[in-house]
Amino acid sequence: MDLTMLWYLVPSIIMFCAGVFGFVTRKNMIALLLSLELMLNSADLNFVVFNRFLFPGQFEGMVFTLFAIAIAAAETAIAIAIIINIYREIGNTDINSVKKMKF
Amino acid sequence: MASTLPILILAIPFAMFLILGIGGVKMSRKLAGTLGILANGTLAVLAYIVAFTYFFSGNPEFIVDGVRQQVQVFDVTWLAFTERMVVNIGFLLDPICAMMLIVITTISFMVHLYSWGYMEHEPGFQRYYAFLSLFTFSMLGLVVATNIFQMYIFWELVGVSSFLLIGFFYKLPSAVSASKKAFIVTRFADLFMLIGILVLSYCVSHTPEEGPLGTASAFNFLMLNAHPTNVLASTLGATFMGGSVLTWAMVLIFVGGMGKSAMLPLHIWLPDAMEGPTPVSALIHAATMVVAGVYLVARFFPLFCVVPDSLTFIAIVGAITAFYAAVVACAQIDIKRILAFSTISQIAFMMVSLGCAFDQPIEGVHYSGLGYMAGMFHLFTHAMFKALLFLGAGALIHAVHSNNYTAMGGLHKYMPITHITFLIGCLAIAGICPFSGFFSKDEMLAAMFARHWFFGAWMTMVAGLTAFYMFRMYFLVFWWEENPDYKKHDHKPHDAPWQMSLPLIVLALISCVAGFIPFGEFVTFNGEPYHIHIEPQVAAVSLTVAVLSIALAFVMYFKKNALPSKFKNAMPALWQAAHRRFYWDEIYLFITRNIIFDIICKSIAWFDRHIIDGAMDSMASVTQWASVRIKGMQSGTVQAYVIWYFLGAVVLAAITWLCIL
Repeated sequence: MDLTMLWYLVPSIIMFCAGVFGFVTRKNMIALLLSLELMLNSADLNFVVFNRFLFPGQFEGMVFTLFAIAIAAAETAIAIAIIINIYREIGNTDINSVKKMKF
Repeated sequence: MASTLPILILAIPFAMFLILGIGGVKMSRKLAGTLGILANGTLAVLAYIVAFTYFFSGNPEFIVDGVRQQVQVFDVTWLAFTERMVVNIGFLLDPICAMMLIVITTISFMVHLYSWGYMEHEPGFQRYYAFLSLFTFSMLGLVVATNIFQMYIFWELVGVSSFLLIGFFYKLPSAVSASKKAFIVTRFADLFMLIGILVLSYCVSHTPEEGPLGTASAFNFLMLNAHPTNVLASTLGATFMGGSVLTWAMVLIFVGGMGKSAMLPLHIWLPDAMEGPTPVSALIHAATMVVAGVYLVARFFPLFCVVPDSLTFIAIVGAITAFYAAVVACAQIDIKRILAFSTISQIAFMMVSLGCAFDQPIEGVHYSGLGYMAGMFHLFTHAMFKALLFLGAGALIHAVHSNNYTAMGGLHKYMPITHITFLIGCLAIAGICPFSGFFSKDEMLAAMFARHWFFGAWMTMVAGLTAFYMFRMYFLVFWWEENPDYKKHDHKPHDAPWQMSLPLIVLALISCVAGFIPFGEFVTFNGEPYHIHIEPQVAAVSLTVAVLSIALAFVMYFKKNALPSKFKNAMPALWQAAHRRFYWDEIYLFITRNIIFDIICKSIAWFDRHIIDGAMDSMASVTQWASVRIKGMQSGTVQAYVIWYFLGAVVLAAITWLCIL
């Protein structure tokens, strides 16, 4: 059986949908962050897959993914810092308790 | 000629302006005044050296076979916008320029010295001297300009500095409005001049034979004067409303001169300019500002000659203005206003004279360029005696603290120096032999008679009126009847201090002898000398008219009598009209208020407020209404945003998908 591009893309889509589903249904901010990472990773996976199948022998997609992972790590650090601060302020990490930023 | 002296001539007054203008507040009055006077004295000496070198050295640079040359001492690139669009700045030396150097620096020096006494107690003394220097600088820059652009720049600078000086007493509302009026009217005229220059530039920069010339060479006065007919040829016979394009350009340029020289109908600023300090009036009326228009015509004379219609236009405008101003001057009470109108009249005299000149021989006229020489001669003599008269008027005002002759009378006993010098000035302007005005006026009248008898006769009448109103003022101020108010004051009116009397005496002496200068040897339109000789018929006629006018003034005004009021009551409407300057100000007010403001401006304002602002306001209110409606979507719930975003992405993807299919 040949491993076509579809074999990679379908899990990627599943990952992405799981991420979206998790993001809109969960209430804990840490869980939201995890869902976010899931979506990001599915995008990274797409980069690598498209590079591998459409432009074999080139490395742009791979290198791009490496950068994206590094930046995602930094971003996660910031998000966790924010969450920790919110926790210190209000005593929980429920997304529904931070609704002050509106009109 | 080395360029050191010419550069210094421009640099000294400008440096003085900066030094006194910036550092003046820290200086004592004495220091500021001394600096100003010393700098101006030096300037006068340098200008004399340059002018005398030009006229008398016999250097082949300046005079070749008895023909005086136009010399560019230096001409450097100042602003290079593009390769062809270049503005130069330089120093042109030719007969009229050298003559003007003498006039400007002499009058300016006298005014500086005089102001030392006159302005002694005024606040802002240092600022005053700074502005005087700026005025001198602008006028010097104007006369030495090598090209039209430089002339235009300094032309506007002259306007600015006159604005500053007329509005010197900036706490007086009348002075402020007078300065604004002067600036707006002259600036309005300069707009036409600018259009004229632009039209000219369109012609000149495309000469057919030589191809495109850069502006630097095309606008150079040497080039223009050397090949004036090229300019006409370059218009390719294009016409506009019955005149060639060049005629229109020259007339428009002359309109700028009309504004500065206060020709009808742009004369309205000049009588009001009397709100400035009196020495400033002397400077404006004698050496700077108003003669700029005459100088402009003289400078562009070869170009005006290419289109003789424009010269006729100049002569007619001048003739009308001269008569108008002379009549108005007969019915004024304020002595400075009488002098102001006499200036308008005399400047108009020069304009007519220039308009009657021509650079080609005319059949039946023994010397067609006489009007040019005579106009310049009169500019010279007029500058001297008009400065004298204004400074004398300043001394009178200084003594009695009023501008009106009704507050004077019988002053000959109290102010002998002012009296004698003022009398000399009046005799000179009236054209009595042997004072300077006689000679120049005689040459002008001869030139006018030679061109057309009507101009000659008309201007002889104006000359008679001049003699009449000047002596009307003289008798009313110095004789008539002693004003009883003198007794009431603690100190009687007396002659001014030496700083003020000295310029009077010097200028009176110049006015006595200036007529004997063989002016034609120095200044003619083409540089070839011309031997002045008095035309006996013209001289006899003008002298008779002047003497008769003075006699009439003597009968009416020497001793207090009822004649003047009888005349006044016999023609009340005429007197009132002349006194109110034939309602020109009212006409202008009517036009500006009722037509421009009420009709044009109000409708434009309505359009702006309702159409333009309305469109903008309705856009703003629609935006505001919409934003109020949708602001609920910003709920603060992060997850709701994600759902909306996701749905939006899905919809967009679906649309894209459908489109591709």
